Amino acid sequence: MNPFSVHRGIVAPLRRTNVDTDQIIPAVYLKRVTRTGFEDGLFSAWRANEADFVLNQPQYAEASILVADNDFGTGSSREHAVWALMDYGFRVVIAPRFGDIFRNNALKAGLLVIESPIREVEKLWEHAELHPEQPVEVDLAANEIRCAGSATPFSVDPYSRWRLLEGLDDIALTERHNELVTQFEKTRPERLPSLS
Amino acid sequence: MAGTLAEKVWESHVVRRTENEPDLLYIDLHLVHEVTSPQAFDGLRTAGRQVRRPDLTLATEDHNVPTLDIDKPIADLVSRTQIDTLRRNCAEFGIRLHAMGDAEQGIVHVIGPQLGITQPGMTIVCGDSHTSTHGAFGALAFGIGTSEVEHVLATQTLTGVRPKTMAVNIDGELPAGVSAKDMILALITQIGTGGGQGYVIEYRGPAIESLSMEGRMTVCNMSIEAGARAGMIAPDETTFQFLEGRPNAPTGAAWDEAVAYWRTLQSEGDASFDAEVHLDASTLSPFVTWGTNPGQGAPLSATVPDPNDFADPGDRISAQKALAYMDLEPGTPLRDVAVDTVFVGSCTNGRIEDLRIAADLLRGRRIASSVRMLVVPGSMRVKVAAEQEGLDRVFLDAGAEWRSAGCSMCLGMNPDQLSPGERSASTSNRNFEGRQGKGGRTHLVSPAVAAATAVTGHLASPAELGAPA
Repeated sequence: MNPFSVHRGIVAPLRRTNVDTDQIIPAVYLKRVTRTGFEDGLFSAWRANEADFVLNQPQYAEASILVADNDFGTGSSREHAVWALMDYGFRVVIAPRFGDIFRNNALKAGLLVIESPIREVEKLWEHAELHPEQPVEVDLAANEIRCAGSATPFSVDPYSRWRLLEGLDDIALTERHNELVTQFEKTRPERLPSLS
Repeated sequence: MAGTLAEKVWESHVVRRTENEPDLLYIDLHLVHEVTSPQAFDGLRTAGRQVRRPDLTLATEDHNVPTLDIDKPIADLVSRTQIDTLRRNCAEFGIRLHAMGDAEQGIVHVIGPQLGITQPGMTIVCGDSHTSTHGAFGALAFGIGTSEVEHVLATQTLTGVRPKTMAVNIDGELPAGVSAKDMILALITQIGTGGGQGYVIEYRGPAIESLSMEGRMTVCNMSIEAGARAGMIAPDETTFQFLEGRPNAPTGAAWDEAVAYWRTLQSEGDASFDAEVHLDASTLSPFVTWGTNPGQGAPLSATVPDPNDFADPGDRISAQKALAYMDLEPGTPLRDVAVDTVFVGSCTNGRIEDLRIAADLLRGRRIASSVRMLVVPGSMRVKVAAEQEGLDRVFLDAGAEWRSAGCSMCLGMNPDQLSPGERSASTSNRNFEGRQGKGGRTHLVSPAVAAATAVTGHLASPAELGAPA
């Protein structure tokens, strides 16, 4: 995972609630066995059917910060939703509330997700609609979003933040505790099911 | 030990706890399927890692598999490649796989309980959000993404912060013709698709206790549709009876030891939950969705709502968009909504009890000539059991199609899909735009409503059918 510290980019305002992962990437794109190249699937139905969909508007063509309404990333556990957003060029998603599994997947894969109160989300929408060309800065090291000269604090859980800032591989971190896992395994009751 | 059921199971699996870091949690069972695993196995290979506990890992093929001509190679080459990739990965890493054609093949959340591998007090994960199904046994079971699949394959653990707990207390008795599915659909509409976000739900109360294991699995299955990663029900005699004698259930002294432990898996009387919700089962009636998320539902006796009646602006816009997509007018009685396709199946309602309920209503009747009905058992074992009871004949005589096991039209990764503009009544779990096929429109229903709808051609409650013809 690449370290994340400060990201500066154009905001795409997505004024929708309940953007489920089936909308972020439909199941038909999930048949692939690779981990990259999912950008064509991102919001594919909305991009194809709605001429005024935010990502069809030229001023947001280079957007890398997506700002959405409540309950973004609900539904299926497909991490492909995170990969599709990243492959398309997004580095940050901001919304008042996220689906639990999506948020987890994003933070594991290196996509910064920020829970912001709806009033902050509305400010970002208004900024992006009035001044789409003006980038917004998301500073994870300083825990603040800088937009049109004002800075708004945000918080991400400290452990995920540290991992993102350092670009650390989760599995390698856990492997440091292999001995504890082995000890734990010795205490597991024998009645537990085994498939061997 | 005081605490809730979820806390007890979590605490008994903590491998490492340190201040300012998430817990390291041991995973007792890792279920794997073809869609969310290939990139995880690639990751292992790239890093030169092994699967730590192949003996605690079980794979099956379910999302992509066709439900017709299952003895022939899969026609869709991309699907076939994904299935072949799972087979190669399982062979390379020594993982037990129930492949197409195998007697134990089926939807991952149907086969775990069926084999008796899903047991109370376990931690169970799978790269699938409906892993919450297994919580019906008092297991802590939740969906994970592919990065976490790789983490569990490599380490048999996950990192995480203990979730908050929510008690959903359901009192009263379900009226006739009203099922576990109606109960969970009504709950999701009540608390919303984000209502359970950050929580593990524990379903409690007389209405839950009187459910069969199949009904409990339906309820826990859709916890994720209320935003909760996991839903749980404390194990009781119903649970033990379901498990006893299953292939992977303990036997002899180990069974007695297991049951004694399982009896301790109850929330303590003084345990406190972070949130509590109440529902009265006796007030419920058949429930359907009208919109494009599972929280957009209403009793079947109601009308399509007017978006202007929603106080929250986000909800209002969402309802407007949903009605446009669903091609519905406010004020239309839901009973007047005609459907083209009826789907009975999925990890929500693809178990034997679900098929019996649908078959009982179809016996001696014909489905409407305007309707196509697919009945897809959740596993090959369910298929065989249904055929032994003659349910396949009931479905075929009524004019329905009888298929082989898989996820099928729940998400249309195989050829079982809606065409653009087609409308379904579906016993599955998600009515998202395009979920069952591009441009398809989905109404979530119970198996009983599905069967009644197939007969009448419009959304219908079983009561509308009257006595069998």
